Amino acid sequence: MSGNPIDRIAAATPPNMAKRVRGLSDRVIAWLFVGPSIVLLLAVNIFPLIWTINLSFTNFRANRIRDAEYIGLRNYERILTDTDTWQSMQVTAQFLFWTIFFQVLIGFALAYLINKKFKGNDLWTTIIVLPMMLSPAVVGNFWTFLYQPQIGLFNYVVEFFTGIDSSSFSMIGDVSLAPWSIVIVDTWMWTPFVMLICLAGLRSIPDSIYEAAECDRASKWRQFWTLTVPMVLPFLMLAVLFRGIENFKMFDLVVQLTGGGPGSMTTLTSIDLKREAFEKWRTGYASAYAVILFVTVFGLASIYVKALNKVKER
Amino acid sequence: MSGFSVTHPSNRQKWIAGLLVITYAVVTIMPLLWIIATGFKSPEDAISYPPKIVFEPSLEGYVNLFSSRTRITPGMEETLKPPETWYDQVARDSGTIIVGPSRYGQRFLNSVIIGFGSTFLAIVFGTTAAYAFSRFKIPIKDDLLFFILSTRMMPPIAVAIPIFLMFRQLGLNDTQLGMILLYTAVNLSLSVWLLKGFIDEIPFEYEEAALIDGYTRFQAFYKVVLPQAATGIASTAIFCLIFAWNEYAFAVLLTSGSAQTAPPFIPTIIGVGGQDWPAVAAGATLFLIPVMLFTILLRKHLLRGITFGAVRK
Repeated sequence: MSGNPIDRIAAATPPNMAKRVRGLSDRVIAWLFVGPSIVLLLAVNIFPLIWTINLSFTNFRANRIRDAEYIGLRNYERILTDTDTWQSMQVTAQFLFWTIFFQVLIGFALAYLINKKFKGNDLWTTIIVLPMMLSPAVVGNFWTFLYQPQIGLFNYVVEFFTGIDSSSFSMIGDVSLAPWSIVIVDTWMWTPFVMLICLAGLRSIPDSIYEAAECDRASKWRQFWTLTVPMVLPFLMLAVLFRGIENFKMFDLVVQLTGGGPGSMTTLTSIDLKREAFEKWRTGYASAYAVILFVTVFGLASIYVKALNKVKER
Repeated sequence: MSGFSVTHPSNRQKWIAGLLVITYAVVTIMPLLWIIATGFKSPEDAISYPPKIVFEPSLEGYVNLFSSRTRITPGMEETLKPPETWYDQVARDSGTIIVGPSRYGQRFLNSVIIGFGSTFLAIVFGTTAAYAFSRFKIPIKDDLLFFILSTRMMPPIAVAIPIFLMFRQLGLNDTQLGMILLYTAVNLSLSVWLLKGFIDEIPFEYEEAALIDGYTRFQAFYKVVLPQAATGIASTAIFCLIFAWNEYAFAVLLTSGSAQTAPPFIPTIIGVGGQDWPAVAAGATLFLIPVMLFTILLRKHLLRGITFGAVRK
């Protein structure tokens, strides 16, 4: 079509010249295009990472002018023998376990139901997804209001359905309830994430497989466990990977909700790290802490990705 | 076909599924509706027991959000002029007078500037890098791509320590420019991965035809690929914008005054005597509504965006 402006411009360009420019530009353009991104990431990610590793062998404190001294592995030794660190690791592990448990359970169930393609399922899916997209800090802060004894909506709903006096318990203030308060809000926020990925998994299963199974007179139950679950599993594992990494980094939501309290009941590692780095100003110590966390998340994630790839291959 | 096939669920199954999903949706949306409703309550209604579902709407929360006020002391009343505007009236009704604007407007503006600035840069760098990764042979390509993705795995607090020191050295602490650069870097991983996926889907033949017609590589990128990738670029931009808009950890550690964004600010809104929940809720509502609208716009690309392109639909 000669009327197309693109073609007209193309026709107007002398072919020889274009060729000459093109011949030299491919590699240059490639680096020109990738360069800025790599430079920026080096400056904001890799350079700081190397700096952190360097600081982790010192007793540097960012709020003092005094020069830092190299103290070898002492920071690492102290962190790994500190009971508070292990306490926060444990809090993080439990938080990870329960949030992933509930999110997988509810997320998969919702996806399964939505996949029944009832009328208006698109609209309701969009509504369910909303919490996930919002600012965790702002939403977390508002949940402290919902969790207020007596006047809070959450406590009132609990009273309404169970008869437990709404002023008799405080989700955030009680030592035994606080860990659950963060699990509930995280689950509320992120279940839709697992749901969306499961839904994609369910929709990827071709109808013909079920039709074949039905011809073979496989029971519904059997179809579910031998077809649906294995086919969705890679998707589900991917969702768990994402949620695992995200919740390992968890900071904003929990800081606003409980601030790590009461005591250290909800002090996740990132909250502990923030205190060491920006409240106690033990910069060297906190750097070593950061390195340990980074190695942990990287190590766990790579092991997990290997497992995920194995499941995919089957 | 039997009556309860998986591929064609019966009407009864659809009914039950619909009922359960709608119940969940209603429960899950309650906290958000409660935020919006609380913004329009008077402080007394906001903390009443039992919680009020029906209440007389009041704009006190919004007036408090945008203004700083002092309490009217007993002797003061005679010296006051009658209220001039509706918001003066609202403040007067609650026993206070407005003495000036609050910092919310400025914090909100910071969020807008930093959000759009970092999104723009992340898209410019991301599109070019994604194009190069998609179309050219680049040595250690897979390693570079993984490196870009892995930057998202680090806990923000861990990165914040050296960034804090670096920004202090460069004078970027608490500046909009510093936050824009930081968010650009964080968003780059998302924009490169997402856009690479979108560009991969554009058939190479289009460009090839253009190149044969005498286009230079850059022209082919600019005039053929970019228009084709427009939808993908737009949805990637919204994802970057939402990230920068919602981000809290870096913002709370690296900004305190002039460049502070709204997320660290909203929880600190305090009224005369304790946390002013209607004002907090009003601030949150104004802040969350844009994201809700964008989410509805994005719903087709949502899955792709939140999984870094790992799951496409």
